[in-house]
Amino acid sequence: MDTGSHDDSYTAPGVRGMVADWAADKQAFDMPWGKLMMWIFLLSDTFIFSIFLTSYMNVRLSATDSWPNASEVFALEIFGHHLPLILIAIMTFVLITSSGTMAMAVNFAYRRDRRKTVWLMAATALLGASFVGMQAFEWTKLIEDGVRPWGNPWGAAQFGSAFFMITGFHGLHVSAGVIYLAIVARKVARGDYEQKGYAIVEIAGLYWHFVDLVWVFIFAFFYLW
Amino acid sequence: MSEAATGQQHPIGIYLKIWALLFVLSFFSYLVDYFHLQGFWRWSLILLFMFLKAGFIVAIFMHLGWERLSLKYVLLLPLVAILVLIALMAIEGDYTFLTRQQFFDT
Repeated sequence: MDTGSHDDSYTAPGVRGMVADWAADKQAFDMPWGKLMMWIFLLSDTFIFSIFLTSYMNVRLSATDSWPNASEVFALEIFGHHLPLILIAIMTFVLITSSGTMAMAVNFAYRRDRRKTVWLMAATALLGASFVGMQAFEWTKLIEDGVRPWGNPWGAAQFGSAFFMITGFHGLHVSAGVIYLAIVARKVARGDYEQKGYAIVEIAGLYWHFVDLVWVFIFAFFYLW
Repeated sequence: MSEAATGQQHPIGIYLKIWALLFVLSFFSYLVDYFHLQGFWRWSLILLFMFLKAGFIVAIFMHLGWERLSLKYVLLLPLVAILVLIALMAIEGDYTFLTRQQFFDT
């Protein structure tokens, strides 16, 4: 199939357009296949994280011991000030900032400004790496405090297993994303995509924004609730 | 020519604005905890800021707002299954809690 030329039948808006997209004898989704596959992958990943968070809800609802107060568990003493959840707040801001730089990288990639794209992607990867670093610090602190998957000093034993499972799986996604971004950024810098076009940067960006998106839910449900 | 051919192309300003907005929303949700809000306002504000942030990330940063309805439905309809799962597991969790209270606690 010639995907290079574009059918102008992808113009009807709304429901009529959706029916036309599905019913006509043509490619249903007007986009590079890699981008569609990334979306489908992210949909399946959404289910994985939803199941983690739902099972966390389930064990928290059914625990008879009181649930540890995340606000105090994750508090830090900084310069003599007792700040609740401060590290988590900083991690949230770092990840949002990395999403911002990634969104701009995608924009510059389509404008074929390779220099800016590479720099913005490198900044994104660096912010992602610092996020993972802060998470490692947080894990170390909690393990020193005696949090284990089977128990902790403050209350319901399920707290530890939910915490390590959910943040661990998310941290793994961030780490994989940093490697992914580094590889794509290097190939952009080499000029590998001058012929093929820069959809790959948008695809990598989709993954990265998804990691940020998952953190929004973890932040709300695990740390704030 | 459709948008996918040239790729999503929007002014840089919109990303900076959404970025600032996400910062503000995150700061607000941090304040919910900082000021020890409890009960109805805590839960509803956490959920409000969460859905606003998630919506802006998906619609603007991931460009879903500009995609065709075909893709929107493919991505958003399956989420109904998750809502069903959440409802079922909430009922299940409550039931387990009541059973445990009846048999474990003295």
